[in-house]
Amino acid sequence: MSEGPDKKAFEQRLQAAEDAAQGPARESEAKQASSARRAIELAMRLGVEMVAAMVIAVVIGWGLDKLFHTSPWLMIVMVPVGMAAGIRNLLRAAGKSE
Amino acid sequence: MAAPSIDALGQFGLTTGLGQLGRALHFTNSNEAMLAAAVVIVGIFALGLQARALVPGRMQSLVELLYEFVRNMCVDTIGEEGLRFFPLVFTIFAFILIGNLIGLFPYFFAFTSHIAVTLALALFVFVFSTGVGFYTHGFRFFKFFVPSGVPGWLLPLLVPIEIISYLSRPVSLSVRLFANMTAGHVMWEVFAGFMLLLTASLGVVGAFASVVPLGLNVALAALELLVAGLQAYVFAILTCLYLHDAVHMH
Repeated sequence: MSEGPDKKAFEQRLQAAEDAAQGPARESEAKQASSARRAIELAMRLGVEMVAAMVIAVVIGWGLDKLFHTSPWLMIVMVPVGMAAGIRNLLRAAGKSE
Repeated sequence: MAAPSIDALGQFGLTTGLGQLGRALHFTNSNEAMLAAAVVIVGIFALGLQARALVPGRMQSLVELLYEFVRNMCVDTIGEEGLRFFPLVFTIFAFILIGNLIGLFPYFFAFTSHIAVTLALALFVFVFSTGVGFYTHGFRFFKFFVPSGVPGWLLPLLVPIEIISYLSRPVSLSVRLFANMTAGHVMWEVFAGFMLLLTASLGVVGAFASVVPLGLNVALAALELLVAGLQAYVFAILTCLYLHDAVHMH
């Protein structure tokens, strides 16, 4: 595609036309749509984030128990750690999207 | 005639595709759908980029919209360096999006409804972003697991939490996509099964009553369309987020 004055003039005209056509109302509408998208994205994420940390923690605990023949103690120890990691995931997911 | 029963999970069974050749190569219907998705993506782009008009037509608009959407997502989430990862993010987004959409059509297979597929994708993203982290920061990347501004005696507790939180990423990434796609297709099958059960057990009355599950399925189709797009978006934006963490370490 050819760059240069031709394209610049086109960009300017495009900008002017967009401004004329949309105005501030359209902009706030777009902002609202993007915040709604964020909210849906967050809703989709939060539940799974928490469960995933728990699953990983329990699997690690179970594996270490198998390794050291300490069943079920390490798994029990890992459950609160997994819960904490799940909450950490939630906080991180919620914080990122603001 | 045997009474119809609801076999909601049968639809996810793998068979071989491409006839005799496919059977010899263990080429499954899931692979067939993946190939179809790739062909559709390349086809859309080949068609859309033929015109190269300054004022785009329909196909070119579609291609440019897709391109700019993913490009903005990369730049907004990762930063300017994000453009280096644009091809990867775009490939993942397009593959999952088209895969989800193809799976909505009758006779097509939704390959994203298999955890083997989504886990492979998620593990690839996980290993890749970890590799990027170590490539950019060397062994200082381990600092990612040590939260700053925390008293030293808390670290033995916090570091395992951070590590588990990090390791849970591929699990949440893959399970989210797989569960959403599977749940949607199961619900479709169940409601469709209701219609058969109603007509079989109540005759004409049942046939009229089965309008209700039919309506539900129509509504579900709209929902599934939303979920297909949204899950591809979430997968891609989380890929961006993980790459952001690897590049910037917060």
